[in-house]
Amino acid sequence: MAGTTTGIPRDVTQNHTKGGVGESTLRPDGTLKVTGEFAYSSDMWHEEMLWGQVLRSTVAHAEIVSIDTSEALKVSGVYAVLTHEDLPAAKNYGMEFQDTPVLAYGKVRHHGEPVALVAADHPETARRAAAKIKVEYRELPVITDEASATAPDAILVHENRTDHAFAHVTHPNIVHRQPIIRGNAAEAAKRADVIVKGEYTFGMQDQAFLGPESGLAVPAEDGGVDLYVATQWLHSDLKQIAPCLGLPEEKVRMTMAGIGGAFGGREDISMQILASVLALRTNKPVKMVYNRYESFFGHVHRHPAKLYYEHGATQDGKLTHVKCKIVLDGGAYASSTVSVVGNASSLSIGPYVVDDVEIEAIGLYTNNPPCGAMRGFGAVQACFAYEAQMDKLAAELGMDPVELRQLNAMEQGTIMPTGQVVDSPAPVAELLRRVKARPLPPERQWETAGESADVRALPGGLSNTSHGEGVVRGVGYAVGIKNVGFSEGFDDYSTAKIRIEVINGEAVATVHTAAAEVGQGGVTIHAQIARTELGVQQVTIHPADTQVGSAGSTSAGRQTYMTGGAIKNSCEIVREKVLEIGRRKFGSYHPAWANAELLLEGGKVVTDGGEALATIADVLEDQVVEVEEEFRHRPTQAFDIVTGQGNGHVQYAFAAHRAVVEVDTELGLVKVIELACAQDVGKAVNPLSVIGQIQGGTTQGLGVAVMEEIIVDPKTAKVRNPSFTDYLIPTILDTPTIPVDYLELADPNAPYGVRGIGEAPTLSSTPAVLAAIRAATGLELNKTPVRPEALTGTL
Amino acid sequence: MDFLRPASWEEALAAKAEHPTAVPIAGGTDVMVEINFDHRRPEYLLDLNRIELLREWEVGEANVRLGASVPYTQIMENLRTELPGLALASHTVASPQIRNRGGVGGNLGTASPAGDAHPALLAAGAEVEVESVRGNRFIPIDEFYTGVKRNALQPDELIKTVHIKKADGPQQYSKVGTRNAMVIAVCAFGLALHPETRTVRTGIGSAAPTPIRAKEAEAFLNAALEEGGFWDNGKIITPSIAKQFADLCSAAANPIDDVRGTAKYRRHAVGIMARRQLGWTWEQYRGAGRTLEGAA
Amino acid sequence: MRVNFTVNGRPQEADDVWEGESLLYVLRERLGLPGSKNACEQGECGSCTVRLDGVPVCSCLVAAGQVEGREVVTVEGLAEFAKEREAHSGCASGACGTSIDEAKRWEAKPAQDSQTGEGVELSPIQQAFIDAGAVQCGFCTPGLLVAADEMLERNPSPTDADIREALSGNLCRCTGYEKILDAVRLAAARQGEAV
Repeated sequence: MAGTTTGIPRDVTQNHTKGGVGESTLRPDGTLKVTGEFAYSSDMWHEEMLWGQVLRSTVAHAEIVSIDTSEALKVSGVYAVLTHEDLPAAKNYGMEFQDTPVLAYGKVRHHGEPVALVAADHPETARRAAAKIKVEYRELPVITDEASATAPDAILVHENRTDHAFAHVTHPNIVHRQPIIRGNAAEAAKRADVIVKGEYTFGMQDQAFLGPESGLAVPAEDGGVDLYVATQWLHSDLKQIAPCLGLPEEKVRMTMAGIGGAFGGREDISMQILASVLALRTNKPVKMVYNRYESFFGHVHRHPAKLYYEHGATQDGKLTHVKCKIVLDGGAYASSTVSVVGNASSLSIGPYVVDDVEIEAIGLYTNNPPCGAMRGFGAVQACFAYEAQMDKLAAELGMDPVELRQLNAMEQGTIMPTGQVVDSPAPVAELLRRVKARPLPPERQWETAGESADVRALPGGLSNTSHGEGVVRGVGYAVGIKNVGFSEGFDDYSTAKIRIEVINGEAVATVHTAAAEVGQGGVTIHAQIARTELGVQQVTIHPADTQVGSAGSTSAGRQTYMTGGAIKNSCEIVREKVLEIGRRKFGSYHPAWANAELLLEGGKVVTDGGEALATIADVLEDQVVEVEEEFRHRPTQAFDIVTGQGNGHVQYAFAAHRAVVEVDTELGLVKVIELACAQDVGKAVNPLSVIGQIQGGTTQGLGVAVMEEIIVDPKTAKVRNPSFTDYLIPTILDTPTIPVDYLELADPNAPYGVRGIGEAPTLSSTPAVLAAIRAATGLELNKTPVRPEALTGTL
Repeated sequence: MDFLRPASWEEALAAKAEHPTAVPIAGGTDVMVEINFDHRRPEYLLDLNRIELLREWEVGEANVRLGASVPYTQIMENLRTELPGLALASHTVASPQIRNRGGVGGNLGTASPAGDAHPALLAAGAEVEVESVRGNRFIPIDEFYTGVKRNALQPDELIKTVHIKKADGPQQYSKVGTRNAMVIAVCAFGLALHPETRTVRTGIGSAAPTPIRAKEAEAFLNAALEEGGFWDNGKIITPSIAKQFADLCSAAANPIDDVRGTAKYRRHAVGIMARRQLGWTWEQYRGAGRTLEGAA
Repeated sequence: MRVNFTVNGRPQEADDVWEGESLLYVLRERLGLPGSKNACEQGECGSCTVRLDGVPVCSCLVAAGQVEGREVVTVEGLAEFAKEREAHSGCASGACGTSIDEAKRWEAKPAQDSQTGEGVELSPIQQAFIDAGAVQCGFCTPGLLVAADEMLERNPSPTDADIREALSGNLCRCTGYEKILDAVRLAAARQGEAV
């Protein structure tokens, strides 16, 4: 039931003869990925192809006075130079609101907004031409925070809003507002023996996927375009791309290229429309690849947030009430801010029982970089704050911080602030118990047999800043709650086309979905599910494209549940059809065909008693069975716009962390020694992948705890560190051992009982590290990431 | 853009004389970043990879003659005894891949205050041998850095070797970055004890417009060590001397606030590094028979 | 300009190379070898790591003109490179760099099935990455493989700290590195068993 691993896997040669649900089968794309042959979106190539280049705004907020492309057009090797005037149809796109210009017109609203496009025969030619485009700006004051956004005389980032959220916001620079009121927090506060308040700041995190935004658009003879891109959701892209090209959706044929990580950053459109516009204009294939600098402007980031909390408790540690306000900076365009606000508010008090709450979350329009989806989606920021509050409360009460959490931990049957009952296992106290029970790693691991310290084991690492001086250890805990799947009444579904046929005497299944394989191992489990359901050995995974129905997004931890569920569902229908054929053919030979529960196993039709009736090959012969069906999770409801009440979520995921850190308290440098995680995964469809997801999510949480932040100048709203030199993500020397302990408590509503796993570990990792640093230093630390300045009083 | 590929040092000097704006490229770890990100479009790139002598080093009586392109990996593996400070500094440079390509000549040519080698060169004492078709000259390291990313090179000159004093005592080097590997210095500090002359030298990186020495701190410590007979009696340096030295090192820094760190933090961190390194080097000096190699 | 060099044992010629192009660009866009990856192009991520005359370098920071006449090994040639190394030097002693002469004697052979990669012979480190679950999105994988293979060539029994130091120039955003450590340990262990 529980698994733990950091050592060499014992069973490394997997048993390929089975490979069904629950086994650690190996990735079907593994060989291609280790030989360099896996074709990522930046690896696409076509005869006669051109290179697309974007010219981006150098200022954050300005009216565009003029754009002069004449010099650029004169550059030899240039095939097209386009501005918004050249766009063929709709000028705006967007996932929730269509507020994002394909190319800026009228004004630019953030630093790095696309203004013009070039296609040329070599990337350098395209760059030189783009540099010759003259754009005259008349700069406007920048809106950068809640105060400047909501001032009565504030310039409106978007003047004429017509979106559905506009009706209930208190200022046009607020994208969305979601209050949640339950019980009576003011009254409950009177029962509190202790009240703690805090203000917290969460920095802007970048997904920092390694594969840059890129792809290839090929004009087709029918006037349409074939588009090879890396995205999290093909059909959502398609819905946004087609109107901007003035084409019907069937003329925009999208095929998924290899995806070099996503983490939410590919849920919105990046270069898809731009490359297509150039391809249609030049009638040549166009390749676009953002470099790392451009990538920082080419996708949305995690919302930075300000969070204001008040927690109350009785002397014995029972929470009386929580009041909070969460301000999320959505930047210049809406992206998925509305949904992020919904998550932040509904998950704002964490996995605890609190009957009396007063919650408000808002998302702002500003001139900062647009923010949208990133792993943890609104729940990450809240978790950082409520877990800091729980530690503060424990200190105030003189209680052990883990005990305080366990005392207030939610369980199955607990009612959320939204009034929704948590109706499947919620082992919050148990997860905390598990991480706490684990033995602590040995102290002073930098001491070697020789005389000198191993700096690789010390804060500062190879930089040789300490040989043990100033180093203090701290331990911290955190736990979090994340919703799984798309919430608030969204019609969330996935589609699977399953085909079974006989090839060379063997029954073979083909799985065709539009699901994005971003690295998580979806393709691995798709085959596992087909094997389990259809009893075949060989499963082909068809490339994801728009020739099959939508799979929904690879986000919100939903794909194993949703596309996994769709595959299971379609396989069940296929199985019934196969059995039906069998009954027609062989039913008269054996009574079991009519009487027994029949399964497909090991290439055969077998009874539940284990008796083989026929091979699938004999049943099918030259018949092909193919089914394409949609699969939905149970419906959800919108949150009431005044009270926030409603059964808004599908499922919850829980993870807990214990962080052990060592801090060089004099230099303010941190080394995380161990980051243990316990998580309920419902059902581990592929244990090896489960652990990989948890370790990866944990590490992204570590990054934002101690180093990751996009720094935006508050005076100019310009990004100051758009590079991997100054936006730092953890290296292998920054990442500790990450022991993983997972529970499998099935969710009865979900296929196989699965629970989304990718996001929860990103939530609790950050506050656990912060708590450990606080324990080591005694400092309050209300902002993440923690900079050395904050630890040394040198801000 | 033209790509010049001289096969010999003489050809390189001739090319540089003919095209003084040519940008020399050896490891490429600075120049190629600027080209990849469109920050620089030199008319000529002058490739120095084919020039063998730039990748050679020679250990002499008093000095190490280090070719400008000797990769950091070679320095940290082969010159730990002779150049312990520079070997430690080399180990902090970026990543193994970068250390396999980059060399001290690139740090000097770029003359960024954040270059990792500078504090170690300043602390050890060095001269930069530069050459042009007009002849060669030696620039003392103290006179080499002339401004932010500016150095004492003439347009027709190339960096040939660096003559670095062989260690006659313990040396240390540290840099602060907000990651445990592969990080650009927020600030850096190097310290060398020179028992033969009974002096100490320092180097500060990334905490002033150019790499600098903390000369007042050196003078103070030289006097304090002399006064207390420390070089002879090998006693532990008193905390008050160490603190005064650290404070003077901090005071020598003239840093700015930027995206990597605040000026206040840099000044603070320089002081901490100075105090710790004084402790480490002095312990090494006191400990009889202990190696002069850096601890890392 | 024109550049002649050897990639994975085969002489290559690239024409009309713009002088500012990197080795990475030439490999990916001119020679049809996109295995080396373009994640940052500033030497910060290691995804473009190749061996240049045996030494691991970031190919994004090598000017194309600098590789004239030199030997490059990319991830596409890693399996064959490892096989030749095994055959020629055995690599049992521990000190076993690959000489340029040795590198010249071998050639990369095409994979048997480039669609699925099945039937392809892999180097021990490549197999270990698959087996240990060290591959997720895979974008960092080629660079890590080249770096890890070279480390195991120099240091067949690395400690965890050695592995971390050797791979500190290769960023991975998916795995949290734990499975990558597992993979290198696994490859080292298998290498040890094979001796």
